[in-house]
Amino acid sequence: MSKHVIVIGGGVAGLEAAGRLSKAGIGVSLIEKESKTGGHLNNWYKLFPDRRDSVEVKEYLDGISLIEGIKLLADTTVEKFTRNRNHISVTTSSGQEMDADAVIVATGFDLFKSARKEEYGYGIYENVITSSDLEEMFRNGKIKLSTGASPRTIGIVHCVGSRDEKVGNLYCSKLCCVTAVKQAIEIREHLPESKVFCFYMDMRMGGAHYEELYREAQESYGVSFIRGKVSEAGETIDHKIVIKVEDTLAGRPLKMELDMLVLMAGMEMSEGGRKIAAITGLETGDNRFFAATDNHYGSNRSNIKGVFYAGTCTAPMNITETISHARSAVSEVMDYLKEANK
Amino acid sequence: MNIEGKKAIWKDYQKEIADDRFFYVRSCVRQNFFPGSETAFLKIMRDELKKDVYEHPCHTSCTGIGYHSDIVPVETTMTVVARQFAIMTEAGYENLMPSCITSFGLYTEILDTWHHFPEVEDKIRKQLKKATGREFIKPKNLAHASDVIYKFRKEISAKAKFRLINKNTGEPLKVVDHIGCHYAKMFPSKGVGGAEYPYVLSGMIEEWGGQVIDYPERRHCCGFGFRQYLVQANRGFSVACSREKFESMQPFKPDMIITNCPGCPMFLDRWQYVINELEGKRYGQNGDGIPVFTYEEVAGLVLGYHPWELGLQMHQTNCEPVLDKMGIEYSPDDKYDLGADTKYSKIPKLINVGF
Repeated sequence: MSKHVIVIGGGVAGLEAAGRLSKAGIGVSLIEKESKTGGHLNNWYKLFPDRRDSVEVKEYLDGISLIEGIKLLADTTVEKFTRNRNHISVTTSSGQEMDADAVIVATGFDLFKSARKEEYGYGIYENVITSSDLEEMFRNGKIKLSTGASPRTIGIVHCVGSRDEKVGNLYCSKLCCVTAVKQAIEIREHLPESKVFCFYMDMRMGGAHYEELYREAQESYGVSFIRGKVSEAGETIDHKIVIKVEDTLAGRPLKMELDMLVLMAGMEMSEGGRKIAAITGLETGDNRFFAATDNHYGSNRSNIKGVFYAGTCTAPMNITETISHARSAVSEVMDYLKEANK
Repeated sequence: MNIEGKKAIWKDYQKEIADDRFFYVRSCVRQNFFPGSETAFLKIMRDELKKDVYEHPCHTSCTGIGYHSDIVPVETTMTVVARQFAIMTEAGYENLMPSCITSFGLYTEILDTWHHFPEVEDKIRKQLKKATGREFIKPKNLAHASDVIYKFRKEISAKAKFRLINKNTGEPLKVVDHIGCHYAKMFPSKGVGGAEYPYVLSGMIEEWGGQVIDYPERRHCCGFGFRQYLVQANRGFSVACSREKFESMQPFKPDMIITNCPGCPMFLDRWQYVINELEGKRYGQNGDGIPVFTYEEVAGLVLGYHPWELGLQMHQTNCEPVLDKMGIEYSPDDKYDLGADTKYSKIPKLINVGF
């Protein structure tokens, strides 16, 4: 008898898991709350560290979504979840009831809502934008101020919503540093006359080729890195952004006037993930992401039998790590289904 | 600037403000700085808004200035504050309404400390009982006096004789709102509008016809900062802080500044004179300074109170430019007339100290 697995979330992790399961001959229902799959990748321009166009990865993932054995339920959410002895029952927002032998939760992350860092003025000051807004500008080929002019001085604030007790996020989002470096380089490529300043707490360049990219940003692109946390932003009468920051290496406070301020929004447990946690009883950690039963050898396993995690619903990850995590989730599911057959 | 972004934040920072029966505690210093403000406040509350506002002669300093200057230990401060609560309890009131921002901040801090460390509250209760025989009930509602005027801003607007509008141009007056640091910077949830974009004074300005100015150094301290001024050697830093603000707000051409703290109007007013003397620089229009008001003075002007009865002659930066713009009539000759039976002459001995 063929097996059926429900995958909740059609982003990078969900698509990869669905594809792998389908290749293994397992029937897959892929539930995605948006009208199209791909998640945050849809909003990104180029990817670090090699700055390949995100479209290439998107094409790979789109190929998966077209696999015949995968039943895609777009614009759909999970409303009800019941664990029975041998299977799991799920009711969707369209009223469809489905039984599955296992479930993979791949609800991903939400970008930190930068307006919560009120002192930076996102949503108030016209030329304060987020890393996501900047990606859209890159995609459109136009990095413009609210007046339509090109910015000449741009500040990038790291750790917005990460490592920040005030907003309740003690963890590091891990990818903002390298995103800032990538975006600083891209700004310089788009606007060679511009000056770019990155304000960081620590440069956490832990991934493959990240450190090299950081060096390249300084040596080849002249990006300035200032170690200090921006305390506040204000707006002048001609819509320039005034920031206050402490240069902790020089040991003195700085006040700078910038044309544009870019906020490196961190990663948070997604709203969809929180809803799934509430209706299923899946456990979450202090960081509000789903809590795996073992951080070392069971990072895909949940507290509910037959339910597994894939990707950034458990912690911040880059695309490479997300795909690997999704594959390991599939491996866990296969083992689980084999055991269930015995 | 996108005002909708601010409105979204303001929604998150609304506080409960009592409607009536207030126990009013005055500021230590305001009656010397701008003596008309608290008098005007009581007149507005009692005569215009018909509210029950009670004052007790045994109320003392909260010790806030000493506490923030590292002179008075925190336990002493807490015991003094506990005594204020006891006096309020004995008077049969539950809604505490301080005139001073630092007192408001201090009461908020102490109540929060007691919430998290009930054993400290028990200790203070015992100390107060031992020292004075008094007991107390904690305030049911704590609101700064500016919160209360904010709450009743529409009622004041309904009775307005003048509005914050330039009668010659019909344009709203451009108003800088300056909030005392101890209002919401320590406890954002306790201030109307929070700490980053406080709405308590902005709400009054908007309701009374003015236009709020958002300038880069809006959050910066007025320069009082307690030890910045109290320690004589630091006073250069105090005036430098005020200067920083004036330089930042000047391009927006503000008509006036409104404050809600005892120290802020004092320093923003007096330091303009000092900067003029030191550097010959004036930040207002047409060679004037930027007039600085307390919110009670502005409410009083809106309600049609006479400027000299509000005590505006106590300002070193002359307020007349704003009176002229609002269309308020006044007699310059009567500015220093304190009444026929006073020993003071009509014109101060030291003249031309204002501008």
